[in-house]
Amino acid sequence: MKIIVAIKQVPLRDSHFRIAASGKWIEESDLSFEINEPDAYALEEALQLREKHGGEVIALCAGPERAQQTIRDALAKGADRAIHIETQDLNALDTLGVAQLLAAAAKPEQADLILTGLQSDDLGAGQTGVVVAELLGIPHSTIIMQAEVRDRVIRVKRELENGWFQHIEMPLPVVLTIQSGSNKLRYATLMGIKKAKNKEVKRITPAELGAESSAAAKIEKIYAPQKSKQTQIFEGDPKAAAAQLVEKLKFEARVL
Amino acid sequence: MSILVILEQHNGQWHRISWETLAAGQQLGVALGLPVEAAIAGKGVEGPASEAATRKLEKVWAVEHDLLEQYTADGHTAAFEELIRKTQPSLVLFPHTYQVRDFAPKLATRFSQVLVSDVIAARNDNGLVLVRQFFQGKLSGDIRPGGSPCFASLQAGAWRADQLETGSAAMETFVPTLDASRIRQKPEPPFRETARAVDLSAAGIIVSVGRGIKEESNIPVVRELAAALGAELAASRPICDAGWLPMERQVGSSGQTVAPKIYIAVGISGAIQHLVGMKGAKTIVAINKDPNAPIFEVADYGIVGDLFEVVPALVEALKKAKG
Ligand SMILES: Cc1cc2nc3c(=O)[nH]c(=O)nc-3n(C[C@H](O)[C@H](O)[C@H](O)COP(=O)(O)OP(=O)(O)OC[C@H]3O[C@@H](n4cnc5c(N)ncnc54)[C@H](O)[C@@H]3O)c2cc1C
Ligand SMILES: Nc1ncnc2c1ncn2[C@@H]1O[C@H](COP(=O)(O)O)[C@@H](O)[C@H]1O
Repeated sequence: MKIIVAIKQVPLRDSHFRIAASGKWIEESDLSFEINEPDAYALEEALQLREKHGGEVIALCAGPERAQQTIRDALAKGADRAIHIETQDLNALDTLGVAQLLAAAAKPEQADLILTGLQSDDLGAGQTGVVVAELLGIPHSTIIMQAEVRDRVIRVKRELENGWFQHIEMPLPVVLTIQSGSNKLRYATLMGIKKAKNKEVKRITPAELGAESSAAAKIEKIYAPQKSKQTQIFEGDPKAAAAQLVEKLKFEARVL
Repeated sequence: MSILVILEQHNGQWHRISWETLAAGQQLGVALGLPVEAAIAGKGVEGPASEAATRKLEKVWAVEHDLLEQYTADGHTAAFEELIRKTQPSLVLFPHTYQVRDFAPKLATRFSQVLVSDVIAARNDNGLVLVRQFFQGKLSGDIRPGGSPCFASLQAGAWRADQLETGSAAMETFVPTLDASRIRQKPEPPFRETARAVDLSAAGIIVSVGRGIKEESNIPVVRELAAALGAELAASRPICDAGWLPMERQVGSSGQTVAPKIYIAVGISGAIQHLVGMKGAKTIVAINKDPNAPIFEVADYGIVGDLFEVVPALVEALKKAKG
């Protein structure tokens, strides 16, 4: 089975964000980056499917030079090779633009399965995988916890709201968007890290893919969110803050 | 030129964001000077459609087909594509449900558009401006959509269903031309994993723990706080995914919805999928080392600090207060 996993590099979760001078995005120069969390689960699912069915896992990433690190990490964990679509400014594209790049790179591979994360931590559009499926003309299913393949048919466990689930069957090839927590993530072994150095990373530009697109939805301005409540904040010495909080809960909120 | 609001219901039960989205549609209709229509797809949806028609709307479409009895991404996309080509709306609004996440991006792609997802506010500022969150709620952003129709899904709780205006709308049945061979997903009936042994919705006080706790071996830190308060222990999703607490103690869109007197969020950032499960709490307390964590936006009281110092101090203070 040939499996493509779309991985995105995003800022570390605990990053402190500053708004860039343009007012349209964050200042990225002082941030550290990592693989988007659900994408790590998508990669894990792909590696497990390969262990069961044989075949190949290809990591696919659109991003600037720094994304090389995330690609190398995926190779160290066990992906067989990678495709890096080199885009200096991902934000100049909207989701359709990114999906067009990913679809154009995926198409000649004729993969049986394309896995993405269900959502990126930075943009949070939650739709790139679905759009890729539509562009490639293949079926998809979202928020997937498990996948089983038998005789060119895939049966997936899809998460619904409020603790409900559902199984769905589809004929391969398909795109699945993978939910976090669906598996236990593996670590890269020393051997894996060593091997990764010799694995193929194909670099390709958007122009070479012939997938030029303009953004249909533009970010005009980015800013700190507005508060919906007046929050009383206690800072400083933990003991004093704790005592103040108990006082408030008792006499002001009257909930103790 | 119109606004089309897509409603969602399952087996005769409305998805509650449907009404919030309809209210948003009415308000944007006024702001943009556009008539508002609604649509609901399924088999036997005339009943729900006629209920929607008691709201102030131009028209309600009952998108009716045997092949829409069970939801599939292919079926819903094809049905709504046909309706949209026929009615030519300039704005299509969806409730941001799991089902919408599954098909609306595909539908938007058919019109060379993107879905502006999880929108929390909208206004007319020389044209439509949509507000959505970035970085898991740490930042907000204004989006100016281009092209037509614009597709947007609206976040739960962002608009109020009680602001819906009543009225009387025309109803029309629309039968799309669907082809069974082009619906590739074969869905099975929904199921629940296990019976829930804990009903958090009845709890008066909840102490909820997030990834700030770092390791499973630190869970006793919050357990002690729960004990001091006589509270139930709950958690954000990653804690349950990791198996540090059982699944049934997960609060949020894929877990339980709770509304206790006090909800104490410890080391939880406040992603929307968590907030929708606990926003209804009477008093919300957040303990987090990051003053910009989105959880503080919904908290009544907050302590900015390291939970490993704050929580023991709080246990101490509670014991003292009890005497
Ligand atoms: C479709 C879907 C469904 C989902 N369903 C749910 C759901 O039902 N429930 C749910 O909870 N999530 C759900 N999620 C996940 C959600 O998006 C978030 O990823 C999750 O809620 C984050 O959990 P967290 O706040 O514990 O972790 P993080 O976001 O990692 O936050 C950890 C917080 O701890 C703070 N912290 C770290 N160290 C300390 C310290 N020493 N002292 C004090 N504070 C500290 C940090 O500042 C940070 O704010 C869902 C996501 C999707 C896409
Ligand atoms: N630039 C990118 N490169 C590779 N994969 C991506 C990229 N952007 C998005 N994806 C994939 O699409 C998923 C959903 O992203 P989004 O639609 O932005 O929420 C992510 O989890 C990734 O798997």
